[in-house]
Amino acid sequence: MAERKLLQRDSDDEGSLLSKLGTDSPKPRVKFGGMFCNVEGAYENKTLNFESYNSSPQSVRRHVKIKNEEKCWSDTFSDTGSVSNFSSVSETRPSGDRAVGTETGSSRSQIVYQTGPGHNREHNGKRETDRLIIKGGKIVNDDQSFYADVYVEDGFIKQIGENLLVPGGVKTVDAYGHIVIPGGIDVNTSLQTSQLGMSPSDDFYHGTKAALAGGTTMIIDHVVPEPGASLLGAYDQWKDIADRGSCCDYSLHMDITRWHDGLFEEMESLVKNKGVNSFLIFMAYKDKFQSSDSQMYEMFGIIRDLGAIAQVHAENGDIIDEEQKRLLELGITGPEGHVLCHPEEVETEAVYRAITIAKQANCPLYITKVMSKSAADVIAKARKKGMVVYGEPITASLGTDGSHYWSKNWAKAAAFVMSPPLSPDPSTPDYLNSLLSCGDLQVTASGHSTFSTAQKAVGKDNFTLIPEGTNGIEERLSIVWEKAVATGKMDENEFVAVTSTNAAKLFNLYPRKGRIAVGSDADIVIWNPKETKTISAATHALTVEINIFEGMEVRGAPVVVLSQGKIVLEGGKLNVTEGSGRFVPRKAYPDFIYKRIKARSKMADARGVPRGNYDGPVHDVISMTKSVPATPSSRGPQCPGKGPLGPTRNLHQSGFTLSGTQIDDHIPRRSAQRIVAPPGGRSNITSLS
Amino acid sequence: FAIRKQLPAFFKNMGSGSPMPRQKFCGMFCPVEGSGDSKTLDFQSLPGGSRRSDGQVIDRQTDISQPRVEIRESRGKSALQNLDDRSDRLLIKGAKIVNDDQSFCADIYMEDGQIKQIGENLIVPGGVKIIDAHGRMVMPGGIDVHTRFQMPDRGMTSVDDFYQGTRAALAGGTTMIIDHVVPEPGASLLSAFEQWREWADSKSCCDYSLHVDITEWHKGVQEEMEALVKDHGVNSFLVYLAYKDVFQLTDSQVYEVFSVIRDLGAIAQVHAENGDIVAEEQRRILEQGITGPEGHVLSRPEEVEAEAVNRSVTVANQTNCPLYITKVMSKSAADVIAQARKKGTVVYGEPITASLGTDGSHYWSKNWAKAAAFITSPPLSPDPTTPDYLSSLLSCGDLQVTGSAHCTFSTAQRAVGKDDFTLIPEGTNGTEERMSLIWDKCVVTGKMDENQFVAVTSTNAAKIFNLYPRKGRIAVGSDADLVLWDPDVIKIISAKSHNSNVEYNIFEGVEVRGAPLVVISQGKMVLEEGNLHTTEGCGRFVGRKPFSDYVYKRIRARSRLAELRGVPRGLYDGPVCEVSLTPKTMTPASSAKTSPAKQAAAGAQPVRNLHQSGFSLSGAQVDDNLPRRNTQRIVAPPGGRANITNLG
Repeated sequence: MAERKLLQRDSDDEGSLLSKLGTDSPKPRVKFGGMFCNVEGAYENKTLNFESYNSSPQSVRRHVKIKNEEKCWSDTFSDTGSVSNFSSVSETRPSGDRAVGTETGSSRSQIVYQTGPGHNREHNGKRETDRLIIKGGKIVNDDQSFYADVYVEDGFIKQIGENLLVPGGVKTVDAYGHIVIPGGIDVNTSLQTSQLGMSPSDDFYHGTKAALAGGTTMIIDHVVPEPGASLLGAYDQWKDIADRGSCCDYSLHMDITRWHDGLFEEMESLVKNKGVNSFLIFMAYKDKFQSSDSQMYEMFGIIRDLGAIAQVHAENGDIIDEEQKRLLELGITGPEGHVLCHPEEVETEAVYRAITIAKQANCPLYITKVMSKSAADVIAKARKKGMVVYGEPITASLGTDGSHYWSKNWAKAAAFVMSPPLSPDPSTPDYLNSLLSCGDLQVTASGHSTFSTAQKAVGKDNFTLIPEGTNGIEERLSIVWEKAVATGKMDENEFVAVTSTNAAKLFNLYPRKGRIAVGSDADIVIWNPKETKTISAATHALTVEINIFEGMEVRGAPVVVLSQGKIVLEGGKLNVTEGSGRFVPRKAYPDFIYKRIKARSKMADARGVPRGNYDGPVHDVISMTKSVPATPSSRGPQCPGKGPLGPTRNLHQSGFTLSGTQIDDHIPRRSAQRIVAPPGGRSNITSLS
Repeated sequence: FAIRKQLPAFFKNMGSGSPMPRQKFCGMFCPVEGSGDSKTLDFQSLPGGSRRSDGQVIDRQTDISQPRVEIRESRGKSALQNLDDRSDRLLIKGAKIVNDDQSFCADIYMEDGQIKQIGENLIVPGGVKIIDAHGRMVMPGGIDVHTRFQMPDRGMTSVDDFYQGTRAALAGGTTMIIDHVVPEPGASLLSAFEQWREWADSKSCCDYSLHVDITEWHKGVQEEMEALVKDHGVNSFLVYLAYKDVFQLTDSQVYEVFSVIRDLGAIAQVHAENGDIVAEEQRRILEQGITGPEGHVLSRPEEVEAEAVNRSVTVANQTNCPLYITKVMSKSAADVIAQARKKGTVVYGEPITASLGTDGSHYWSKNWAKAAAFITSPPLSPDPTTPDYLSSLLSCGDLQVTGSAHCTFSTAQRAVGKDDFTLIPEGTNGTEERMSLIWDKCVVTGKMDENQFVAVTSTNAAKIFNLYPRKGRIAVGSDADLVLWDPDVIKIISAKSHNSNVEYNIFEGVEVRGAPLVVISQGKMVLEEGNLHTTEGCGRFVGRKPFSDYVYKRIRARSRLAELRGVPRGLYDGPVCEVSLTPKTMTPASSAKTSPAKQAAAGAQPVRNLHQSGFSLSGAQVDDNLPRRNTQRIVAPPGGRANITNLG
């Protein structure tokens, strides 16, 4: 229906469509502040660890420990917890003044610090980025906000608190009036995935550079092996390229493009040795990447057993394939054909199906790229029914809509092509932001995969050839702030949750990432909620020449970005080092997800009914063969592991298992089974005799 | 074996556990005064041509003690005149005629199997048989839209053939059935159809029609479907989303089948279960050592049904094809249908006797024979509130049609699967019990009125499958398939007294209120006073035309609206990236069984056909000739492809 409406509307020229961008928000902009003031005394029972406050010898020991044995970082978190230290800190500060601090800026002169910034910089010129202190900011985690200074050394957060004792000559970063948040984590990028043999115009270097410019300090990229190729080979290839190119920490998802039994060992080794705990399965891209329902069921079972997370690209590839054919026959070859053949329902259907299968397999599910209202609704409903499912709207679906596919400007329309497509319904971004704010959707990503106009133009006469993907890695935090926080839908803590913390929890990076706490990585963003900027291809850090958010005015921008304890963005200047990004391995069985799954596995055992043996007459079956012809009917390629057994026909597969415990086991069963055996006999019945 | 012994324990509280007190009959069934005046029925046969002057309020059913139905022959000379064909002429006097839209009192005269006159004081020839209804309800005979009599399943045949099955149907007040033709995969649809016709023509006791199931998909099937619709009176086809590797079709195939069905003006029916998941779950459950009938329901959870319903609704929406979900067995599947209808999809749902009358808790019965008797797909939901919920949705119109899915196998046949539940032949009884159960569950409890009862048991089915108004309505010119309904009779369903061949009735011991007193099929009384007078082979095949109005009026309007248009754009003349068409992305990893219908259209790989419609859109441009040539030459794949012949 929405398509039709749009068709009538598409007489609007591109100018008027564009002009509405960013300004048509129905709600008046909510003033910053107000709801963000903290409740008095809210800090007192927090779980954070401030042991390093005023005890520098201890912190040195800890620092060594962390440095040498990175794996122990989780222990260092748990064995601490001197609450009293912290509460004493909070009591020394008048909370009333703090509350208005952000709004009026009156608190700037309130706290006096010991070290002078100018002096330090000269003194420590060589390693100025290794040790620094962030002063005067409001630290915002996903659970609470509070005022404190942060001392960073060797890429870790060493101390949090007031009046920190720090070595002389550290650089001071001024965060007065700003908030200090954990760096964003972008859980869905495709910076290396080539389409039709073309590499994305933003590779790991440019992509991560743009990410840092937007306040994202970690990405999780998708490894897409060629169908049939080795997963480990692709993983090594990706890791190699990323190690050389990436400017920020990264991790990798593994996409499963063609399922066969041999992949099990590779998946196991990826999870156990390579630090991958998430696998993406495609329900779309028929004849290329698409998996059948049976294959999904099998993979979900394996993924659950490995303690990983199943991700799905949710679209019904069969329907899309048919619709593409139909549209091309109708003579529609432009980018609008892309959205016409990927209707919203097709996405919704696949989400629904994926959830059904995941429920059966008791596997945690993560839906990438939630692009439409109805798909988001399905996720929300499934969560209400208790499903362990997570939804990831992306920058594009939160920031803009699919009306641009009808733009007269081919290059512009093509820039929006991605799968699932942006919904033509203009109320979609608002709706998704609301669901994100209320917790029905949990994580934001960018789905960043950009291709230049020349690359997109490969499909100028056939929309199915247009390489898919939009930008969003740089704009993500600003757009979420603008659409959700500035409008009052969520507060700053929720903002941190959806841009960073939830992702870290889901993918088992927490609390190393996604939190400002002692011992966490020093991936920190100093965020200015009041800064306004206009997104434009002219100013962005990407190489792609069209920005789908062109002209959009957003509020909120990073002022300073710290990655691995080094300042990479300051004063609008990017200072990145190609290849400085580290691979961050992720362990299996993330607590956030698997606590529930484990409990359910215990409950889910099905039990049979103990019955006496049926010893009545058994019908003599004559011709069994005629109904047997096993025509492969699954979606996607036939799974080789399952070929030999025709599931419904394998008469004797488990004949022994149940009735083996019966007393009258021997004589009656034999005779009955002899009757049921098909006349021709089957080659797989070898265990009877 | 020990069926009988076990019975009391399991059936103790069946039928009496209804939470609602039974409502007294009458009250809401009295027609509004004057409502009979503006009816569209044909009363030209009334003497003097005058319509009934006043809306007549029907007597309350206080006359229960009086003789229930009088059937009398006319005496004297006139009787002798019509001795030979006396059952062909029937007059029902004093009946309350119940259609789906209204109820009114009138007499019905029928002759030669058709209703000839309706009204009061009819002038009828002498010597007709007269049935005095004493104000009881006469309604159109039930239409059971889903039966599988005589169905072959893995070398066995269901125990109720067309004779036994239709006999049972008539005994329960159903005067027409629509049976499913199930061709073996690989066999011709037409020959299977002829086979079924042959069986039914020789045995059926009531009128019948046939659905055809699509068990595989290829080009030949499409032609046969066309022949069936145009020449053989079939307007409905069923596709299976379940029975992997046997009947199951892929989504692509379903899409194509639906498109063909829409073009033919037929109705797409779907057996909705996700066969892939079911196959996996079956394997898992067998591995766990569960081989009894409870494994059947464990391997087919409710979500799997709801998922498939959701998927088929999505495909039907895309193809703009009317959809009919057979066997709605669970709450969530019914909810999906109800929601889709709210969004405007043309979709119909068919709960069956079993899902309306009982639940799936019996799969856990200790008595294997009993548990196995309930095996059907999708299975009965173990949730005991399901029947109540489905009958509520049926009453409010979210579900429209009731079938029985009658497909019975004897216990000995079921025992083929005694060590492996996947081998148990599927199907339950229900054709005989359908009308009584719905009356008991819906009308007696006050969920629906008698008119709705007629709608869900007969009229809606007739409308959807284009039998209306020949069937499904009491009107002049309609077939004389009538039921004289007694709303007060109470009977207990039991395998001892039923007319089916099967030795186990899944509704055993259920007490129902409401039963047919007299059943008239083709103008002949086939049931009176509890006696069945059926004639084997007298049932006629009723052809059904395509483009049923009830369904296709909306579909047509939508087809017109659904035309898609592209955006007229200037030519893109910027740089185009050189793609070295790597064969690796081209290789179609032959997935699914590729249907031949597709190969014609897509012998060229769909994604690669660069120039398929390059001309059509930009043909209107001014600068058509030179610049386009240039750019297109760049995009052409290095090797060139056979289908690029028009580029010069």
